[in-house]
Amino acid sequence: MAKKSSTPRANAESMAAKQREISVSEFFAKNRHLLGFDNPRKALLTTIKEAVDNALDACEEAEILPDIEVKIEELTAPPSPTKPGRYKVTVTDNGPGIVRRQVENIFGKLLYGSKFHRLKMSRGQQGIGISAAGMYGLMTTGKPMVIHTKPSAKKPAHHIELAMDTSKNQPEVTVDVETDDFPVTSSGTGTMVAIELEARYQRGKTSVEAYLEQTAIANPHAKITFIPPDKASEGPEFDIENGETNEDTSPSRKRGDSDNDGPPAHAEGSLIVRTIEKADRIEYPRTIDELPPETKEIKPHPHGVELGTFLGMLKKSDEKQLSGFLTNAFCRVTPATVKDVVDAASAKSKTLTPRSYTSSIDTTTAERIYKALQEAKLKNPPTDCLAPIGVRQMLAGMLKGVQAEFYTASTRSPSVYRGNPFQIEAAVAFGGDLPGDQPARVIRFANRVPLLYQQSACCSFKSVVDTSWRNYNMSQPRGAAPVGPLVVMIHMASVWVPFTSESKEAIADYDEIRKEMKLALQECGRKLGQYIRRRQKMKREGERRDIFERYIGEIAKACNALTGTDTQELYDALLKQAKRRTEIADAQLDEDGKFIKDEHGRLAKDEDVIIVHNGKIARDEDDEGAQVESKPAKREGKKVVKKKVVKKVRKKAGEKATLFEG
Amino acid sequence: MAKKSTTKASSPKQPSGKKLVKKGGQKAVAASRADRDVVTAERLQQLAEGIVKSALAGREPKLDVPTRAASNTKWNKTRGILEMGSAAQERQLFNMGQARKFMQTLLHGQGISKLIEQDKTLSLRGMFYSGLHTIAGTKEKTFHDQTESDGILEDLEVTVGSLREELHIFAKKRGTMVGNITVIDSGDTIDCRRMGSGGYAIPSICEPDVIQFEKVDADFVLHVEKDTVWQRFNEDKFWRTHNCILTEGSGQPPRGVRRLLHRLNKEHGLPIICLLDCDPWGHYIYSVIKQGSISLAFESERLAIPDAKFLGIRSKDYEACDLSDDVKIDLNDRDITRAKQIAEYPWFQDKKAWQKEIQGMLRNGFKMEVESLITKDISYVTETYVPERLKAEDWIS
Repeated sequence: MAKKSSTPRANAESMAAKQREISVSEFFAKNRHLLGFDNPRKALLTTIKEAVDNALDACEEAEILPDIEVKIEELTAPPSPTKPGRYKVTVTDNGPGIVRRQVENIFGKLLYGSKFHRLKMSRGQQGIGISAAGMYGLMTTGKPMVIHTKPSAKKPAHHIELAMDTSKNQPEVTVDVETDDFPVTSSGTGTMVAIELEARYQRGKTSVEAYLEQTAIANPHAKITFIPPDKASEGPEFDIENGETNEDTSPSRKRGDSDNDGPPAHAEGSLIVRTIEKADRIEYPRTIDELPPETKEIKPHPHGVELGTFLGMLKKSDEKQLSGFLTNAFCRVTPATVKDVVDAASAKSKTLTPRSYTSSIDTTTAERIYKALQEAKLKNPPTDCLAPIGVRQMLAGMLKGVQAEFYTASTRSPSVYRGNPFQIEAAVAFGGDLPGDQPARVIRFANRVPLLYQQSACCSFKSVVDTSWRNYNMSQPRGAAPVGPLVVMIHMASVWVPFTSESKEAIADYDEIRKEMKLALQECGRKLGQYIRRRQKMKREGERRDIFERYIGEIAKACNALTGTDTQELYDALLKQAKRRTEIADAQLDEDGKFIKDEHGRLAKDEDVIIVHNGKIARDEDDEGAQVESKPAKREGKKVVKKKVVKKVRKKAGEKATLFEG
Repeated sequence: MAKKSTTKASSPKQPSGKKLVKKGGQKAVAASRADRDVVTAERLQQLAEGIVKSALAGREPKLDVPTRAASNTKWNKTRGILEMGSAAQERQLFNMGQARKFMQTLLHGQGISKLIEQDKTLSLRGMFYSGLHTIAGTKEKTFHDQTESDGILEDLEVTVGSLREELHIFAKKRGTMVGNITVIDSGDTIDCRRMGSGGYAIPSICEPDVIQFEKVDADFVLHVEKDTVWQRFNEDKFWRTHNCILTEGSGQPPRGVRRLLHRLNKEHGLPIICLLDCDPWGHYIYSVIKQGSISLAFESERLAIPDAKFLGIRSKDYEACDLSDDVKIDLNDRDITRAKQIAEYPWFQDKKAWQKEIQGMLRNGFKMEVESLITKDISYVTETYVPERLKAEDWIS
């Protein structure tokens, strides 16, 4: 400790002169890493993330199928690999738009929003996002945020340019005009936000592209168009050119079908709708035509409230009486519970009744009530506030974004942590073009928002490591994710997702959450294991057929030498038998319900499984019409296999013919 | 037992009628070589025709391969030889485990028919190479190694019901002979009294059309286990002093040596007297000479010598000959297991002398080689041991 000196360096008065209020905006200007603006690369991602999250939330609330365009333009290329360049990000949605008087509040003020004060499942929670992005842009480029918004289809759009006074947490409007220059949207309304900022555009695991791709997986009802900097300069591409241009796109981005601009295709169809890369844009098509169900707002559950919050709520309450406060401010508190709680909290000296005035309750009494409330047996919070993505939707999303051959998904029933209802969903995609020698890719979502950073700190990643994948015929190094052609998706839906930090990158590790995640993964794992075992069996059958075919040529030749029988005739006869026999073997297995039946029957019939076979979805529909449609498709698939065999045979036969001539 | 049996006994199956006919044909050994070639070629053709027929008719092509295993070996007490039972295993083309062997069987069938056609013979190793190639369109070879090919050839012998010689195949020759006998080998007269120190190498095929016996003056045949002991007897001119034939089989005697001994015994009534080591291996050599082997049970009739005699080394010799401790070789666990196994063979079970002999060895806890007698004197075995035992007729059978 410092020695006492005769003249102190500072006294209370001099210190008081330096003490003043710190504006929230100023605080975040200095601590931007807390919001996800740590580096230029992340800043770009966070900006887009906040804008897209807002757009999706707004569309859903207005019951509009989201149609979002994200455009990044490179104004100045990064001068060196270590220095940022200058970019302009434009996000356009077809949402309801924003009424003029709210524009400043929404875009210009930190901690202003509709989401923080209520318990409702939504993407953003704190209302920091978009205004922070605007502030970051202003700080790094000096350019204000440009907002076009059209709240009414009949009226012109507003063009507003917004800067922010960080010291006052007050927006400053620099331009405010009405304009007709607004892109045509499907709803007639919408919002377009443009922010200029210092950033770095890069591809990879934590890129804008990965974020949008994953967003598209978790939001199959949204159509997202992405124009990256290298495509922003390209002229628009017409659909007529589709066939030609798409052929030379990389194989990892297989095109879906050209009718994507028309009515969205359904996952049940035999056509697979996938991400399309065009010369001037990347399209993540809409694969599901329904909006997620509207979520209800709930009151806090007493078990999820901390003492300080409780005291605050008590103080602010409009209710005069204690029972009114408890039953109306919280969910699952019944008059009977109130009586029990009040009885338990009543001290000997002072009697407390449900009719006690809230204003008369002092802090110590309130604390006793709080404790009694924590110990009281309460029903779990209602779960109709949750809107899981849904099995069908997850499958459609995975099918679009991940090229695999087997997909399965599972949605757990809702559960509760610390009084907050939550619901876990998982999906896995296996095989196909996925790399087989690398650890599985884990894609994490919280309320449909992809989480790209801090994977190893996240509860969902831990639960993947925790799950014993060896039970499902996957290899898994000790204490690591499984290795193989696997993509694992985990989604947590909750009114309040417990993030480890304000930048919302990882889900906190609660036992209840981890347990639910593991259960969801195990459900998917069991289906996956079934499929892998079946695939191995199928492979063995194929090998069997191969072996017979291999030896038949030798046998035909030997018999020809011994008996003079025509080699080709004998060869054909034996080959016919070999094919018949392996087919008989298949059929036998089919009757036993062990092999074929499961392959395209029971397993594929499951609602939560999709098997891609020869580029088509192998699936039996209960619907008559669909059945007729799907059956020829299947037969066609088999034919393809047969054709392959025949080809091989012909080749062999050809060789043989030349052999005998010589 | 020297060879690994390649087929496992499956559920015993009745042999087909065809099979029995073939076996009947086998007995006609007297037929000339050319006649036998015709028969063998015909059988191979029949085999292939059966396959072609079922293939064209859409039936499953299969072969009946008689099982060469202990389970399918019967002890014929009255004849004193081992015989092959009637169990046969079906070899199917459309069976994962058998497809490859099926293909190999036909491949060798084709090879043999070519040999017969060209009137040439090949060694087992030669056959391996003759059938060896890479299957078109694959990287798989028709045979991985010679062992695989050897097994298929033995299967073919029993399947076709022809002997190896009849299939124009011979094994590497092994075994030596010297003594009071003159043989004609492929037309060349060989006087086995004038073979120097090396002796006459017994060919792998000793059928009457290859080897004829000319002047057989000997009174008996002394068969010793290995070359080193044989060398001792030859140097001491034991065959001259005792008027006998001296043979050696380099361990388990090959078919050629056994066939030769069998013929000397059957055609000239010469007793076969064996001088082998006192260990389970020596005992089993004697067993094979006397009754035939399990893997070649189908050939016992023309190989086995039921009245062959076992002269020594006997378990009692350690004391009887007053040998030193140095000659003892401890029996290991495998030896003990094998000895007990041999004692349980049906053809040893009712032989009291043999039960006593094996028990004696087990009680001793050690084995002895013929060479152990050298510790007494270099020529003890030729001058004392064998002459004394012969005189006393001290042998077991």
